[in-house]
Amino acid sequence: MTDLLSKFDPLIQERENLLATGVKDPFSLVMEEVLSPTVAVCNGKETILLGTYNYMGMTFDDDVRQAGLKALEEFGSGTTGSRVLNGTYSLHRDCEDALKEFYDMDHAMVFSTGYQANLGIISTLAGKGDYVILDIDSHASIYDGCAMGNAEIVAFRHNDVEALEKRLKRLPPEAGKLVVLEGVYSMLGDVAPLKEMVRICKENGAMVLVDEAHSMGFIGENGRGVCEAQGVIDDVDFIIGTFSKSVGTVGGFCVSNHPKFEILRLVCRPYVFTASLPPSVMATASTSIRKLMHSGNKRAHLWENSKKLHQGLRDLGFTLGTPEAQSAIIAVIMPDLEKGAMMWQALLAEGLYVNLARPPATPANMTLLRCSLCAEHTGEQVDQILGMFEAAGKAVGAI
Amino acid sequence: MANREDIMAKISELIGPFNNKGVALTPDTTFQGDLEWDSLTVMDFVAAVEDEFDIIITMNMQADIESVGQLSDAVAKLMEN
Repeated sequence: MTDLLSKFDPLIQERENLLATGVKDPFSLVMEEVLSPTVAVCNGKETILLGTYNYMGMTFDDDVRQAGLKALEEFGSGTTGSRVLNGTYSLHRDCEDALKEFYDMDHAMVFSTGYQANLGIISTLAGKGDYVILDIDSHASIYDGCAMGNAEIVAFRHNDVEALEKRLKRLPPEAGKLVVLEGVYSMLGDVAPLKEMVRICKENGAMVLVDEAHSMGFIGENGRGVCEAQGVIDDVDFIIGTFSKSVGTVGGFCVSNHPKFEILRLVCRPYVFTASLPPSVMATASTSIRKLMHSGNKRAHLWENSKKLHQGLRDLGFTLGTPEAQSAIIAVIMPDLEKGAMMWQALLAEGLYVNLARPPATPANMTLLRCSLCAEHTGEQVDQILGMFEAAGKAVGAI
Repeated sequence: MANREDIMAKISELIGPFNNKGVALTPDTTFQGDLEWDSLTVMDFVAAVEDEFDIIITMNMQADIESVGQLSDAVAKLMEN
């Protein structure tokens, strides 16, 4: 018998080698208690959270929690059904209404996760004979959406406007084309040049989908994302997003002004063949989304935090993923996985949690310590964070 | 530039800057096995080939191309269309 798991032997070996150096497993951390959007207890120690994507700190918002409790009480714990059968409650419709208000768009479709939103929309829109043109550093859910469909896939160099244009011009003019972009790329926290890219897509007859998972609620005057900030939201055909970041719960969505959008509810398999989100999740999401519409002050504070941390880390001598703070993600580039894991552990010992990101999730085989800030981090916490980076960096010889 | 020898010569030229190990090139030389390219190198090389011949090699096609000879055949076919 061939052991089907033997294909993972190299990875098993790599993990064993890493753990043999004495570092803790960075991929099996347990949060024993969560005290607030920015503090949890890990290994019995109070730890500042700097790697949660909880950008707007909505997870402990009083109104959000009350809405969830009320829905749990009134509608029960789950729907046990697909959105197209018994799984659409008034709360699901209300959540889609909240999204339409938030984005000022005509249509919204809620999926069970952001991953499924990309999987479903991309695989359903682009069929046999169509083309999907995507940035090489796209998220796994975008690649998996491509793999699930039957379209031809064309990749271009990360954030390279000219490479995108050249490829669009080489494709058959009559073929269906979907260009998939992200507002913020989550590994390095860099922003896409959407203004130029969306224009080029339109000039070349392509439809555009932008994944705004890491910008919703924060970037743009109304928190609609990078396409709002760069003034091209009206030319974007589909926006994909998630509830698991700024919104502070779980779920995914697609919003659009396309007049035929609603048909996707019947033909999109990752929408149809899975249970809908629980009522409490819909209630917390709707409440959070509507509050995010009026969170200009929190957005401003989050920008302050991001800029302060970026400047502080640069001053300490760390190498960062972007020359200036472009989003709420700040990526510290580590020389290799071993050093990265040592630094990650030293930070945890100091009382700070960040994400350790490694290939293949990262571009250019980089090992990253990825920090994501929260609007609920205080200025004092950012100072503390910088102190921890300094201590840990010196302890492991990273600076 | 439609015949296979010319295409192959041009491809060999384009492989040059990425051929860090100085592997001797034949039609059977494989990108992953012999040249030991990682996905990033493949991306850069494919972009260079696409720009040289003014074609698109989709990721679906790339999955079936393992050797220099197979790439030359694919380029020749794409240029006919």
